[in-house]
Amino acid sequence: MAKKTGEAEVRPVVSILGTPVKCFYGPEDLPDFDYKEKLNDPGEYPFTRGVYSTMYRSSMWTMRQYSGQSTSDSTNERFKYLLKNGQTGLSLAFDLPTQIGLDSDMPLAEDDVGKLGVAVDSLEDFERIFDGIALDQISTSFTINATAPIILAMYVLVAQKQGVDPKKLRGTIQNDILKEYIARGTWIFPPEPSIKLVGDLVEYCNKEIPRFNAISVSGTHILEYGANTVQAVALAISIAEVYIREVLKRGSHIDEIAPLFSFHLPIGGRDFNFFEDIARLRGARRYWAKLMKEKYGAQDKRSLQFRFSTGGMGGGLTAEQPLNNIARASIYAMAAVFSGTRSLNLACFDEVYAIPSDLAIRTSLRVQQILANETGVADVVDPLGGSYYVEKLTDEMEAKIGEIIGKIESDGGIVKLIESGAIQRELARQSYAIQKRISSGEKVLVGVNKFKVKEEERDLEVYKTDPETINRQLQRLKAVKENRDQGNVESALQQLESAAGRGDNLIPYLFEPLREKATVGEIIDTLKKVYGTFKEPTTV
Amino acid sequence: METKKTIRVLIAKIGLDGHDVGAKVLIFWLRDEGMEVIYTGLRQSVEQVVEVALQETVDVIGVSILSGSHLSIAQKLINRIRERELDGVLVLFGGTIPKDDIRALKEMGIHGVFPSHSKLAEISAFIKRNVRYGGGEDERNR
Repeated sequence: MAKKTGEAEVRPVVSILGTPVKCFYGPEDLPDFDYKEKLNDPGEYPFTRGVYSTMYRSSMWTMRQYSGQSTSDSTNERFKYLLKNGQTGLSLAFDLPTQIGLDSDMPLAEDDVGKLGVAVDSLEDFERIFDGIALDQISTSFTINATAPIILAMYVLVAQKQGVDPKKLRGTIQNDILKEYIARGTWIFPPEPSIKLVGDLVEYCNKEIPRFNAISVSGTHILEYGANTVQAVALAISIAEVYIREVLKRGSHIDEIAPLFSFHLPIGGRDFNFFEDIARLRGARRYWAKLMKEKYGAQDKRSLQFRFSTGGMGGGLTAEQPLNNIARASIYAMAAVFSGTRSLNLACFDEVYAIPSDLAIRTSLRVQQILANETGVADVVDPLGGSYYVEKLTDEMEAKIGEIIGKIESDGGIVKLIESGAIQRELARQSYAIQKRISSGEKVLVGVNKFKVKEEERDLEVYKTDPETINRQLQRLKAVKENRDQGNVESALQQLESAAGRGDNLIPYLFEPLREKATVGEIIDTLKKVYGTFKEPTTV
Repeated sequence: METKKTIRVLIAKIGLDGHDVGAKVLIFWLRDEGMEVIYTGLRQSVEQVVEVALQETVDVIGVSILSGSHLSIAQKLINRIRERELDGVLVLFGGTIPKDDIRALKEMGIHGVFPSHSKLAEISAFIKRNVRYGGGEDERNR
């Protein structure tokens, strides 16, 4: 109910944390505010204002649009197109069979070959993707989880073939399997061996590819699944701790591995609130710095820096009046910049319909370029720092993140909650609640439940997968299988199986099968013999 | 007037797509609307789904696909439904479905297509109007 203040009607506002939001904030909201303790300069503990002192003055955020087309050749073309248009990093999307370890010719795979990204069956596909692109000149981000060890091994092999020292490879591999059980469903093995594989990759990168981010713990999918903006960050941190403990128990020191951790966090989406989204990421930086220092005894500055890329979320975009999505994404992008993101992938205006068209993907890139070059928003680090409102919110967000993580721990830990399906149930329920708020009009979505137009603008030209994709991919796979030494493939896979049985770090055992042209599906099937497969809990 | 029975719905994820929150949201909604709803879980084959539909004698099969593989899966499902003589069942598709494909799906014999961002109430209303047990007028062939 609106309250009366003098003559004016005051619209009531409640924050994502459930607290009432005042009309303005002042010094009384930040009693005993200690600059050094709460904020400090950018690049200084607790890094509230940012992990680097100069941020975008020394290097602009990486503008990275997610792309991966049906086949290795078309992906290669798209990569070259994006590089020519000024993109500074590549991001590779894989089709679902590749993500869950099925070859293009395996049962259940055929309808999904080349649909959401590129199909990778063998090393040859991977070599084609990066043909003519010098791997020491770019950084590449791989959205891959269950089969991440195989993809990383392929990247190393392609680098070696190009004559590039793997130590020079830069990029990020998602390698965050736990959120797949919650939100995206590309799991293969049960959580325990999966966590072990995450640890293998982190350990391997630490030793052999030190400039590569071995993990990008992702809150974006959890948000799309129904988590609110604070939960998405808290769950990501809780999941990161599982991986950290996994690597620590192998004898690594926290300062060796914590710097390898980066996060991919949502900005925007159905719960988007400009200032809350920014405050939450500032609060998360402070929370992480304290967590690493106080709980894990980290001392290296890099361990204490909460480094994240952001994904401008498609969940907040609408099918109705799709060009409105460009405006939404622009505002998400600005929030991401004020949050101190290191890299940004922005959802495209036509993503509700299909894989983005060239025009849509270029427009998302242009939004970022306009922000970076025309607006001045990147000139000063943490320009919102010191705002009474933002600092108050940042304090509240940091506390809430701690509260959520504490609750997860006291309920038995995130792995247990995932195995039982408890987290999935809770978040799906929340998603339902948001949907009902939209349906009732309580939550306004422009063009959807307010400011509607009669004629739906659904006539967009959308990207279509070439129906010949699957045939081409199947022919290639057949050729690969015909032109290899089956005995060598089997003995390489046998060695991999033995290593898995012994519990060795598996990454070094992946190179030989790949060189012998074993397929992704064959490698995964070999590992299933040792690890088994995940059984979904009932969640609805 | 025939006695109103509880509408039984099978919500299925066919293929490899793991985005199932939309399916779950719909499940909650249909239950709140008084229907009985069974969920298959992820990574089902067309054959598995049709067998469950037979065993559970469902009135409606709702398939959720966000991975772009709806056309080929729909054709297989329709074929299988005919083979197994499940013709009376109402078949719905939902997910990331471009406009052109909505027509194509309907021509194949999918009764209702609800792209992402469809209103939940539209889906339940469609089911109630068109299900064999729900009574009312059949608009399937319109």
